[in-house]
Amino acid sequence: EKTCGHDRGGMGEDVRRKEDRRFVTGEGTYVDDIKKDGMLHCEIVRSPHGHARVVDIDGSRAESMDDVVAVITAEDLAAHDLATMPTLMDDTQEVLVREKVKFQSQEVAAVIATDRYAAKDGAERVEVEYDTLDAVVDAADAKAEDAPIVREDLEEDTNHIFTWEAGDEEATEQAFADADVTVEQDMYYQRLHPAPIETCGCVADWDEDDEQMTVHMTSQAPHAHRTLFSMVSGIPEHKVRIVSPDVGGGFGNKVPIYPGYVVAAAASYVLEQPVKWVEERSENVQTTSFARDYDMTGRIAATEDGEILGIDTEVLANHGAYNAAAQPSKFPAGFFKIFTGSYDVPAAHASLDAYYTNTAPGGIAYRCSFRVTEAVYLVERLVKALAQELDADPAEIRRQNFIPEDAFPYESATGWEYDSGNYERALDKALESVDYDGLREEQAERIENDDDTLLGIGLSTFTEIVGAGPGKQCDIAGVEMFDSCEIRVHPTGTATVRIGVQTQGQGHETTFAQIVAEELGLDVDSVEVEHGDTDTEPYGLGTYASRSTPVGGAATAVAARKVREKAKSVAANELEADEEDVVWSRESGAFSIEGAPERTVTIEEVAAASYMNSPADEEPGLEAVDYYDPPNMTYPFGAYVCVVEVDRETGEVDIRQFYALDDCGNRINPMIIEGQVHGGVAQGIGTAMLEHVTYDDDGNVTAGDFMNYLLPTAMEIPEMETDYTVTPSPHHPIGAKGVGESPTVGSPPAIVNAVVDAMAHAGVRHVDMPMTADRVWEVLDDAGLSKEPS
Amino acid sequence: MTEKEITFTVNGTERELRVEPRKLLVHAIREDLDLTGTHIGCDTGNCGACTVYKDGEAVKSCLQFAPQADGSEITTVEGMEDLPEAGMGESDLHPVQEGFHEMHGLQCGFCTPGMMLAGKALLEEHDDPSETEIRQNISGNLCRCTGYQNIVKSIEYAADVLAGREPPE
Repeated sequence: EKTCGHDRGGMGEDVRRKEDRRFVTGEGTYVDDIKKDGMLHCEIVRSPHGHARVVDIDGSRAESMDDVVAVITAEDLAAHDLATMPTLMDDTQEVLVREKVKFQSQEVAAVIATDRYAAKDGAERVEVEYDTLDAVVDAADAKAEDAPIVREDLEEDTNHIFTWEAGDEEATEQAFADADVTVEQDMYYQRLHPAPIETCGCVADWDEDDEQMTVHMTSQAPHAHRTLFSMVSGIPEHKVRIVSPDVGGGFGNKVPIYPGYVVAAAASYVLEQPVKWVEERSENVQTTSFARDYDMTGRIAATEDGEILGIDTEVLANHGAYNAAAQPSKFPAGFFKIFTGSYDVPAAHASLDAYYTNTAPGGIAYRCSFRVTEAVYLVERLVKALAQELDADPAEIRRQNFIPEDAFPYESATGWEYDSGNYERALDKALESVDYDGLREEQAERIENDDDTLLGIGLSTFTEIVGAGPGKQCDIAGVEMFDSCEIRVHPTGTATVRIGVQTQGQGHETTFAQIVAEELGLDVDSVEVEHGDTDTEPYGLGTYASRSTPVGGAATAVAARKVREKAKSVAANELEADEEDVVWSRESGAFSIEGAPERTVTIEEVAAASYMNSPADEEPGLEAVDYYDPPNMTYPFGAYVCVVEVDRETGEVDIRQFYALDDCGNRINPMIIEGQVHGGVAQGIGTAMLEHVTYDDDGNVTAGDFMNYLLPTAMEIPEMETDYTVTPSPHHPIGAKGVGESPTVGSPPAIVNAVVDAMAHAGVRHVDMPMTADRVWEVLDDAGLSKEPS
Repeated sequence: MTEKEITFTVNGTERELRVEPRKLLVHAIREDLDLTGTHIGCDTGNCGACTVYKDGEAVKSCLQFAPQADGSEITTVEGMEDLPEAGMGESDLHPVQEGFHEMHGLQCGFCTPGMMLAGKALLEEHDDPSETEIRQNISGNLCRCTGYQNIVKSIEYAADVLAGREPPE
């Protein structure tokens, strides 16, 4: 299906990926593949305790080992003012701990050795003496007056970090007072981990002669990281080069700066040798950015015939030991205030309190789009609960309350301006595709026949908000959240495109080339996309929160149009015509004189002329750059249907069908979108069914590696059906919206709604994630639905 | 630590190494032989990113010591283009590699080498595996990007090429 353009790899085509060749032949270059002369290895000594005072650190035994070059502690880093580092949320995180560890596996010391085995041996021999303290691991306990204080360094007698509010409290209270029906539901969005298959790591290389620091690192935002590196280290920014090479998945995990990067860079600076740090899986799950951990109470108010009047919510947010959430500085709860969802809700209010606990820092990660996962989960669960309360069909409750197609751009009760949408069309298509009525009949029959398995049908009709964002609202550490593209067309008619965003597998090398191919009429194979090197790429804010297409994609289209404008003037010169008489054909990529199509120059001929026969009033060459400050976010949406079978004997949930309709506006490459959806839904299934980072009361991580933090395999993920509608973003240069995170945002509530739906006839309202068999069996049993094994 | 001498054939070439007995095979392959297509994704034997084809089966090279590979024959991703089946499809690649490219069976590419070698091992046993057989046979290989669906199609594509059937569009 083509939406527009030509047939040489432009918009809408399933172009096979340019990046595949090196990956299927093992020729990708990831951080741990990098080898440099004299390169040393860094291993971190980590705390075995969740909360403890550090009494003494003795590195002497390690230092005496043959292959150990250095043992580094906070004292050593303090000499270079690097013992602490700022977080993106205006907090301060210790790089290595001096006085007190605040979560298990926290960084205490580092060993630098000649190879990774020796570094590990050395780390074993660093002796650290601790005095253990009582720990607090969840937000509700951290709120208690007698809770252990996590952050004594802040000299406040509380674990409270901040209170955040959105919406109109008074109007919402009035809506609830006026309502015929109100429903309240507690729900815990559990702590998850993005767990990219490649962990975090870097190779830091200080060149003493050039006074230049080069760091190859697993970075989703290399330019922002360079700026922060420069600010923290004092090395001038033009002498810091960050390179994000091939990255084995990011999923938000590789946005923050972690202590390991700083230690490796500091060690390289001091030792004047390259230093590699690559964490192991358990270190990744236990110490790098987690996701979610929102303890939510939601309330929804409606009339007796199902019109939603208001939504109110209170949230306890667990931020771990430091507030290191990676999000725009003015949004401490991310974009959570999108919690009114796809519905025309007249009054809404949220209040949120965030707490420190003895757990790893994080919160913003794992396809969350800055807390949109939590927001969508809240509203989609509440709408389902309301439908149950009213004994109404959940599809009809949604239809009744959708923001109507003609109401866009729509101003929500919490202050977002949704760009475009046609929710009813998407829902209709979804219901028809899965034969919703037939499923409801089958469900009723099973109940009637007292079958051993129950059928549940779950819906999620969600609205995303991606593409941060307008510079006046959105900044990362002060840097406005624009993005950029630089296009250079060479004399022979091929082009090099450099972008400020940075792929971690989403296919930018292919799709950004498609945008340029479309806009310039070039063959996609003639367009090479580069990213990730701060020395050569234009400054951008990086790739996360599905912002690449909305912001970087817009910059790319605008830069290409600037090239096309100039090309037109070159073409006019070639054709010996007035510029206003020259027209460009998207189909052929050629310029011709209006009304005289036989007088034509191709884009390749124009490229040559711009170097070899440039017009007198133009600079030679054919290139352009654009830094794009988006006027608004993009608001893609989706209609998901999940059909489950729940085994009444075991509590096992089988996902029988998963249908995902996504509307992300104009589609650059449907094949790649489909792959993003498959992966995102799989993560949503992992979220709903398996994944949970857990701690015991002493602060020990009890699910912190792949033995316990369970990722779905090919056996847990069903075949999925993808579908789409096209509702372009009116403000975006090519009408495209972001989509990468939609499936992980949209799918968990569909799955939970399906499981609840299977048991709704017995009064079941909620099951917390992950919905493991034992958890579901408890709910079945409490509802009188369980069956003895036959 | 006393080092051991080992000799093994990797991608058709005999290689000799001196390694500590505790050295994991995956590190010997990546660091001593510079074959960095084989990856490390976990520390507990779960993810399968380190899967190589060893003496006729897919093995996780993080769960073996290098000396255990003494005398063995190993294929890593870098050797796939040199196998006799390479070029049977429309490219010079091994049909499994071509299948992953054509069916969009990879995104970040990190699980891909291990996943492809697990697929190759399966196709040596079954020339026309069912979807369930494919899913079972790659269940020791975790992927975080693709949701597996296109990986299943990629292996089906390769099965078709290897058996002389017409692969899907």
